[in-house]
Amino acid sequence: MSFITGVGLTAYGRHEGSSSLDLMSKAAELAIADAGLKRSEIDGILCGYSTVAPHIMLATVFAEHFGIRPSYAHAVQVGGATGLAMTMLAHHLVEAGVVRHVLVVGGENRLTGQSRDASILALAQVGHPDYEVPLGPTIPAYYGLVASRYMHEYGVTQEDLAEFAVLMRKHALTHPGAQFHDPITVADVMASKPVALPLKLLDCCPVSDGGAAFVISREPTGETGVRVRGCAQAHTHQHVTAAPALSELGAEIAIARAKQAAGVAISDVRYAAVYDSFTITLAMLLEDLGLARRGEAASRVRSGYFGRDGEMPLNTHGGLLSYGHCGVGGAMAHLVETHLQMTGRAGNRQVRDASIALLHGDGGVLSSHVSMFLERTR
Amino acid sequence: MSGSRQLADWTAGAEAIVYQSCAACGAGQYFRRSFCAACGAPDPVEKRASGQGTVYATSLVCRAATPETRAHIPYNIVLVDTPEGFRMMAHGDSDLSIGDEVTVHFVPFAGRLVPYFARTK
Repeated sequence: MSFITGVGLTAYGRHEGSSSLDLMSKAAELAIADAGLKRSEIDGILCGYSTVAPHIMLATVFAEHFGIRPSYAHAVQVGGATGLAMTMLAHHLVEAGVVRHVLVVGGENRLTGQSRDASILALAQVGHPDYEVPLGPTIPAYYGLVASRYMHEYGVTQEDLAEFAVLMRKHALTHPGAQFHDPITVADVMASKPVALPLKLLDCCPVSDGGAAFVISREPTGETGVRVRGCAQAHTHQHVTAAPALSELGAEIAIARAKQAAGVAISDVRYAAVYDSFTITLAMLLEDLGLARRGEAASRVRSGYFGRDGEMPLNTHGGLLSYGHCGVGGAMAHLVETHLQMTGRAGNRQVRDASIALLHGDGGVLSSHVSMFLERTR
Repeated sequence: MSGSRQLADWTAGAEAIVYQSCAACGAGQYFRRSFCAACGAPDPVEKRASGQGTVYATSLVCRAATPETRAHIPYNIVLVDTPEGFRMMAHGDSDLSIGDEVTVHFVPFAGRLVPYFARTK
């Protein structure tokens, strides 16, 4: 068994003058303190990557900087799915007895460390270098393509997608660490600047500075145990040109495997943390995961189903869309928030019951998927 | 990228779309490789595509990230399914809809030649 024993999260937005290592360190310190551990007790480190400061050995760079000499350390790169992929690996490392306490950490000064153009350009390189990138696509365009097809097949409208941006903003209003604190409406989303139609500015997550970290341990270190009940991955393609049909995307494969690994059904889930780089990402993933029927996720948003007091509270910190997206740390904030909810520490955002949570991450263009179930044990 | 290149295509500056066909299993592939990604057999045969297709998806890019691409906005990125059995990314008319039958020509874009689809007349 493995337990998430500590979590740490910085505010997302502008951290002028902070490097990627600074933001990783801040989050790591918070997570280790939250677990009630000393730095010297951390014997494994998994970290993501920084597009601002790329390095071939980021985990050891970080370990030296932070002051840890681990017995196991390396970086992991699965795009937006990196945080959950690292958590899955930490779970297996701990279960296999390789390490006792793994620090999982991500952080990047993506907003203030480089220009927005540089960020957009760096991310567009997930496209095929010969057959896609010369056409001038951007990450929003890759997802814009997916959105156009999904809308065509399932009758989803731009107004439907806008509901997800409004919901994430509503949630962010209650979190002091979120990047955005101004309420928005569907009309605001519809009127926002076109980026890669059908996606507009408010359909897209922002670029942020920030850091997030967790500790995964063999035993609980606090009063409430949050156990990794089961997890699984699926990787169907890298490039959107080579993506399978919408009905064969990796999220459905990953969730089926995770349900089997965890022995959990969707009807058991009480809290959801789902990757939301764009409104279309969230809409599709909710439906792929079985949290809504095809084409019906938006109507569930309208009815309050995914709200704090709804049947399936979703991304109560505001998600990538409104808490912010600093790269690897971006979707790690989803897990931090889930942990706070499961341990009854979410303050004014606290939901009634987060005893079993479903988390899902997506990297590339719906290319790499990680599904994970967490369970409160006492 | 590896793979023997017999036919020049738009990625090499020629006005052509080229794909590969596996002599062993019959699978087609668009991204050039020295082997068939479906069965692993070596040396798939290069073929020139007809330039016809059907629009699978579209996204009109209104925010670009480089001065060279910004000069072209808005430009429509499209995924096109070809009768030869592969899907490709290209540019297209801004008013294309999913399901439209389209034919390719080639246009300059950010210092390159790129495939551009318009409705088949």
